[in-house]
Amino acid sequence: MNYPQIISINKATTEAPDIKTFLFSYPGPMDPGQFFMIWVPGIDEIPMSVSYLNGNMKGITFRKVGDATTALYHLKKGDNIGVRGPYGKGFTIEGKNILFVGGGTGIAMLAPAIEQAQQRRISTTVILGAKHKQELFFEKRLQVCGCKVYVSTDDGSKGHKGYASDLAQEVLTKESFDSILTCGPEPMMKHLLDNSKNVPLQASIERYMKCGIGLCGQCCVGEGLRVCKEGPVFTRELLDTMSDFGRYSRDAAGRKLSL
Amino acid sequence: MVSLTTNLASLTLSNPTILASGVMDEDAGSMKRILQCGAGAVVTKSVGIKPRKGYPNPTLIELEHGMLNAMGLPNPGIVAFGEELKTLKKVKAPIIGSIFGSNATEFKSLAVKMQEYGANALELNMSCPHAKGYGLEIGSDATLVTKITTTVKDAVTIPVFVKLSPNLTDIVAIAQAAERGGADGIVAINTVKAMKIDLELEMPVLANKRGGYSGGAIKPIGIRCVYDIFEKVHIPIIGVGGILTGRDALEYLMAGASAVQIGSGIYYREIDIFKKICQEIEQWMTNHGYKHVHELIGVAHQ
Repeated sequence: MNYPQIISINKATTEAPDIKTFLFSYPGPMDPGQFFMIWVPGIDEIPMSVSYLNGNMKGITFRKVGDATTALYHLKKGDNIGVRGPYGKGFTIEGKNILFVGGGTGIAMLAPAIEQAQQRRISTTVILGAKHKQELFFEKRLQVCGCKVYVSTDDGSKGHKGYASDLAQEVLTKESFDSILTCGPEPMMKHLLDNSKNVPLQASIERYMKCGIGLCGQCCVGEGLRVCKEGPVFTRELLDTMSDFGRYSRDAAGRKLSL
Repeated sequence: MVSLTTNLASLTLSNPTILASGVMDEDAGSMKRILQCGAGAVVTKSVGIKPRKGYPNPTLIELEHGMLNAMGLPNPGIVAFGEELKTLKKVKAPIIGSIFGSNATEFKSLAVKMQEYGANALELNMSCPHAKGYGLEIGSDATLVTKITTTVKDAVTIPVFVKLSPNLTDIVAIAQAAERGGADGIVAINTVKAMKIDLELEMPVLANKRGGYSGGAIKPIGIRCVYDIFEKVHIPIIGVGGILTGRDALEYLMAGASAVQIGSGIYYREIDIFKKICQEIEQWMTNHGYKHVHELIGVAHQ
């Protein structure tokens, strides 16, 4: 039943300034790319993709940005949160050679997909993008799991100077991939989509979400595709049908917001 | 061949299933998809004068026998919503614009705009159970219901339906008040006022505490309301509440509904529930020797 379970946080880790990971016990199968609805009682309930996926132990990694994530950020080990899910359609991991492109906190939800690809001995290349080197996280985690990691920062404080999608374009001219999996700022993903025409691509997208179970319609994109149900991971074929992808999202009232 | 065509005032629907207000109807793309999934018409999200964000989450949770929600009437405001409706103009099925206001003047202004943007009919929300100053707070006052309905009717040429709450001492009296105001149809019922308390947290789960209950559990409540209204009013009734299958829809038709609305059912039977229900109605009608949906309307009144 889609009702929040009250569970306590087993471990809290600071990944970077304003970015934390919580681990908690939540049995049941789940695919990389799927998400939970995380409830901070008395504040709000928001969608969050899984960032750690080790059997019963699951994790979320988030940046302090709004009321809910700020309240969440101040919770510690042993504090209670409500969790329901998993929801949505996650990544399909297939091919011999996959390119992962993560921008900002988008890296968090790509990490379990990268680990699964590595476990299945798929050749894995990862591009991590952040505004500044201080905001980078999971670099070590991904290096340890054995993939090739490239870094880009908007200000050039580490690695390639510019957007992750620019670096991806460079990598794509040198090497060929069976598939691209991406999560990050939508204009970055749109740029990647438009500049990798011949490669199958899956992108995870974010919209203001309320019910999480495909009823309220708040998170709809394109022609009635629910991010919480048919997404959050969409294939190139579906992304190409969305006139709003990379252009606008909607606020809690349903008003269009330019991206 | 069985005919599922039904009439609501001047509207003709290819089948009696309509998308209920509040579910996948805040943008043009969603409503198009619902029509592709077989709905005979769609009702839009309830739209007000100004944008409203609605309540914080949790706004919707699943319970043992139904869904509990308090969305808080989120909507982009009538002007921004106009853009969505304009892109729906090419659609052939009727689009019913749902509006909510705090008085007759607001309802009138919204109604005129909805008609101008291309809505084929209006649904006046006088039944939202959890928004202060709106919905049920208006729809429980018979004089106000008549006044608002009259004011809207005088301002537009498209059919006007009035959506009522089951949380009334006498729903028939309010339906009659709408009929006196010139309503072209009654929509019954909206969700039933309800609450869920979490035992671990010892607090209500919905951010708004109180919400409205929908889904299978409320079907008998809706059936009773439609049955009683049918006996006393002479305008078409649209039945809503707990319709998940063709048999549920047939029960509403027999109680007196000319069409039905489906909301929570999308959760239980996926988005193509409209097609599924139509097939189930057709099958039942074939097995029972019925040829037209209208032969079934109100047959339970003997």
